[in-house]
Amino acid sequence: MFCLPALALYGLFVVVPLVTAFYYGLFRWEGIRQAEFVGLGNYGEVLTRYPLSEEIPTALWHNVLFFVGTMAIQNTIGLGLAVLLYRNPRGKRFFQTVFSLPYLISPLIVGYIWSLLLSPAFGPVNFILRTVGLESWARPWLGEPDTALPVLILVNAWQWVGGPMLIFLAALGGIPRELEEAAAMDGASAFRTFWSVRFPLLMPAVGVITVLTFIGCFNIFDLVYALGGSDGGPGGAMDVLGLLYYRTAFEGGTNAIGESSALAMMIFACVFGVSVVLERFLRRREVTL
Amino acid sequence: MTGPVAQVRRRRLPGLAAQLMLWIYAAIAFGPLVLVALGSFRSNADILQRPVGLPDSLDLGNYLRAWETASVSTYFTNSILVTVGAVALCVAVSATAAYALSRWRFPGRALLAAFFLSGLMIPAKLGLLPVFYMFQSMGLIDTRLGLILLYAASGVPFSIFVIMGFMRGLPTELEEAARLDGAGEGRLFVSVALPLMRPALAVVTVFQFAPTWNDFFYPLVLLRSSDRYTIPVGLTRFFGEFATDRAALFAGLVIALVPLALIFAFATRQIISGLTAGMSR
Repeated sequence: MFCLPALALYGLFVVVPLVTAFYYGLFRWEGIRQAEFVGLGNYGEVLTRYPLSEEIPTALWHNVLFFVGTMAIQNTIGLGLAVLLYRNPRGKRFFQTVFSLPYLISPLIVGYIWSLLLSPAFGPVNFILRTVGLESWARPWLGEPDTALPVLILVNAWQWVGGPMLIFLAALGGIPRELEEAAAMDGASAFRTFWSVRFPLLMPAVGVITVLTFIGCFNIFDLVYALGGSDGGPGGAMDVLGLLYYRTAFEGGTNAIGESSALAMMIFACVFGVSVVLERFLRRREVTL
Repeated sequence: MTGPVAQVRRRRLPGLAAQLMLWIYAAIAFGPLVLVALGSFRSNADILQRPVGLPDSLDLGNYLRAWETASVSTYFTNSILVTVGAVALCVAVSATAAYALSRWRFPGRALLAAFFLSGLMIPAKLGLLPVFYMFQSMGLIDTRLGLILLYAASGVPFSIFVIMGFMRGLPTELEEAARLDGAGEGRLFVSVALPLMRPALAVVTVFQFAPTWNDFFYPLVLLRSSDRYTIPVGLTRFFGEFATDRAALFAGLVIALVPLALIFAFATRQIISGLTAGMSR
């Protein structure tokens, strides 16, 4: 009985729409009129009909690159900062706060902040580059297909790096000091101690962070929208699945409902499936004390 | 041989390097926000001439332009209304449900808990199109109430997850004692469980506040009239209309950030314990 209000709210506005989206995807639509049942026809259509047949692989690839880049940059920096703070607890609270400050800002606002900072002629970033003599580096960061996606990865990392840092910091704090001391006693170098003793014990944290990063990277929408508009920046260099879904659903053709629902289901299956597999896989590699 | 002295010396130098790196990253994290704040007090001509620089005076003209001419005040009020409503509703229903799920034994309990928690992995946004048509038939399109219900609903899984995790660590003696004294279940919940849950409720409130305040996708699709826009959609309109008025844009961004800055200032501890909630299993 106590569960009813939560159940009603969650069921009606979260679960039912997802189930309905699946159901919608099984029909062909004419505008908002539901036409005949086509089974998985929409799925086939989405995957084979131009331009979606080309946009989907491109967008998916950008999501994958974005995930890989984020793991490599954001989470490595997060781990680095966590280790630095763990070894040098002086001012830990202050740094912790400053590093996770951008965490709270809306990705959309982060996008707008950076689009102002990175704007070609009057942006502070290019201004600083020119001032320190790196004039050749100054460029329209978000206007060139080559730099757009890397900039997206960096801006996103700037925002979220506090998350992995805090999780790693908590995990580091949970590792008993004796283990390291024992390793040091056996003559292991600092690097070796970290790699062979501490890192394996951080695997649960790595697992949590990997799954969270994956979900975050495949759900990204706001930041890209702010940095590059709904088309995904110059030449679609930042086009991702979230933007593609939005365009198909709300700027699509007559069968928009059918196609976008099929697309939504495929994205969902991909994100959900991969997170479950990732979680299983990483959990198996955990080391317990 | 490495005596204690040698060890201290070996640690000190890297210590300095580490401090330096920490400060450098602090500048990277904080610098952009400082630039935005500084820009919000400068004039457009000044910004165009020198993109990085200090304001001449604490001129609030940009803020006034953003607040009134660009109707950021309307967006701000809407955001407050929607966020407070949604968070209150979400915390209320989640606290009751989490209490029942962690304290009562009833058939299907584990299944129900799993049903709620599976929502943590579901990208709720993919159900947007059905939500759109459902709202249309319920007359909730272009209303703030619709947004409140939607946000409250999508916050339920996380809130239940955090509160249940917290309840698991709480002793049940107090509740048993109250039950022996003849308190009913409703009474038990309100007078005994709720006060005990307070730390978890604080975490949940802080954690629902930011994403709700920040959300852009739902209002982008579900709202039509600009006098109901929340801050994020309002900002896209603002950035379109005032594209050349950079100073006002900076001021608008600062206004959008103020509530979050306040939350952050008052609730850093809750935020940090919430971020690491997933770790304690």
